[in-house]
Amino acid sequence: MNESLLDVDGLSLGFSGEAGFAHILDGVTLRMKPGEIRGLVGESGCGKTTLASAILGVLPRHALKIRGGTIRFDGTDMLSRTATADQARVRGRKVTFIPQDPFTSFNPVFTIGQQVDELMKWKSPERENAGVPRHPLFTRYPRARRRRDRERILSTLASVQLPQPEQILKKYPHEVSGGQRQRLMIAMALLPEPDLIIADEPTTALDVTIQAQILGLLRKLATERGAAVLLTTHDLGSAYEICDSVTVMYAGQDVEAAPVDAFFNAPAHPYTGKLLASRPEGAGGMTGIPGEVPSFYDPPPGCRFAPRCPRATADCKRRPDPSHPGEGHMVRCYHPIDAGSAAEAAEIVGAER
Amino acid sequence: MRRVELVLSRLVWFVPTLLGLIIVVFLISNVVPTDPARIVAGENATQAQIDALREQMGLNEPLIVQFGIYLRDLVTGDMGRSLYTQREISSDLLHRLPATLELTFAAMILAIGLGVPLGVISAIRRNSLTDQILRLLSISGLAVASFWLAMELQMYFSTRLGWTPLNGRISGFGPENITGFVVIDSILQGDWASLKSALSHLILPAITLSLPAAATLVRFTRAGVLEVVNSNFVLYETAMGFPRSLIVWKYVLRNALISTVTQIGLVFGTLFAGAVVVEAVFDWPGLGTYAVQSILQSDTKAILGFSILVGVVFIVINLLVDIVHTFIDPRVLK
Repeated sequence: MNESLLDVDGLSLGFSGEAGFAHILDGVTLRMKPGEIRGLVGESGCGKTTLASAILGVLPRHALKIRGGTIRFDGTDMLSRTATADQARVRGRKVTFIPQDPFTSFNPVFTIGQQVDELMKWKSPERENAGVPRHPLFTRYPRARRRRDRERILSTLASVQLPQPEQILKKYPHEVSGGQRQRLMIAMALLPEPDLIIADEPTTALDVTIQAQILGLLRKLATERGAAVLLTTHDLGSAYEICDSVTVMYAGQDVEAAPVDAFFNAPAHPYTGKLLASRPEGAGGMTGIPGEVPSFYDPPPGCRFAPRCPRATADCKRRPDPSHPGEGHMVRCYHPIDAGSAAEAAEIVGAER
Repeated sequence: MRRVELVLSRLVWFVPTLLGLIIVVFLISNVVPTDPARIVAGENATQAQIDALREQMGLNEPLIVQFGIYLRDLVTGDMGRSLYTQREISSDLLHRLPATLELTFAAMILAIGLGVPLGVISAIRRNSLTDQILRLLSISGLAVASFWLAMELQMYFSTRLGWTPLNGRISGFGPENITGFVVIDSILQGDWASLKSALSHLILPAITLSLPAAATLVRFTRAGVLEVVNSNFVLYETAMGFPRSLIVWKYVLRNALISTVTQIGLVFGTLFAGAVVVEAVFDWPGLGTYAVQSILQSDTKAILGFSILVGVVFIVINLLVDIVHTFIDPRVLK
């Protein structure tokens, strides 16, 4: 029915805590094709990282409640608690991860080389069955494969433009710079030759001067190697620079998904319009969006943006079904912006002046 | 190299620490209201005899002079004579040190072997029944009086079941003395009968001594693992599909051990202190029984020597811990 690589369908989940149940994700749908580079954008706290973590299987289990929906990667059910062996084969091998904070994502008491070796011991593209053996603590790393993996490691470190890879592998994480650590993270994400790389705001912890370099490198290498990338970011500029398409999230709902051109030139959801207008370089200068992101403990029914939306009507109390204003363009709104109408665009941008 | 520098800088502190220790112990031993001369002279001595003895033993000198003399002798390894055994205190102590070290090392190994894995299990099954039981046990382990536990173990395993000897360190002559550690000497000489005897004598006192230490290590390891298990690197390793058991027992544990290892040095001090009681109950011929005898005889110089030796061992152990620390956590060498 579909040739999608990653298929998140109607995912609703939340966490129960002392303050009650937090409805974080509400019916999120996200499809990715092989080789696609997709930005997942939204404000801080809109559920981007939760969605990425759900795909990676690293949400805190004890408080997590999945209320509905599925995550399938290339046929594997990534949410099922019975398919853990299949998930283990996928994670780190078919789907890899670039974390937000390269400073704390390396284990501080092992050398970089030990950590890269450990990854390749289990997740080398040469290892047919990427699953977990019965006794991982007593499983050997076959010597011949180790030697070939070593070649891969060195050439990949060179491709992420790390000077003197041999020396870097001998160092401890605290002995290399943040930029180098993030290059190492990219290298580690590429080494298993995955089909999908999930990059969770990979440059927010870095100096502004090297953010663009790192993102450019990620795009180039992923494209060369045919890996799809899901890039969560709150920076629309970097999304524009490197993504093929963009999915916008607001307060745990996906509101719009579009190819990058349609997203920037013909946004259909009022929130997307506001988001674009709020950029410093946007049409109205720097503008905010009045109101606040709703509480996850007691979210508004239907479209969660409705309380802040100038176009909201009584209809918006039910969640809109997806509509398709253009090729590959999806929006969930009863009153989308008409892309053809300049007046409407101006209305959106100028509403709060 | 940074590691050598670190060890040297710690060694520099060795001397002032030791000197401070000697001063404190010396002062305390002189505050105690006993008169060594009276003890040496015996019950029927006249006051004149006691006074003569005081003069002869240098007890009429000012305290600072007595301390100077003691320190001068100590540097040459002379701690004076025991009033009770009439032998050199230093040779008495060195003769008995291996027995106590053997007991405390055995207890330490048991404590680490038991405490660290249980601490990890307690942390990864946080708030489960297993965790609750382990926490209850570790509090009990800390609270139980070791002389009581020692006697209970003796009554059950030695008297009722007859599995282990009641007391002592070895039956028969034992192996030839090479290191002074009967377990090691037996192995070196291939004397398996002695080894069996030595181990069966060792097991109950070692268990008794190890329980409070194991309880401490369970608590520290549990806290250490809980602190590490939510780190970003654990999230990363999980997301990248590293096997769970590997993450816990290799990557988390090594980080968690940093605080546990520091604790091991301190725990060793409590083991030495505990050994005094445990040795007394099991009649273990180590420093502890010697200390107890010395205290009962008001043999102040022997007590002084014992305290200094224990202090030296404690400082050395903590130096070793610092060295081990540099291997576990490379960041301390930064």
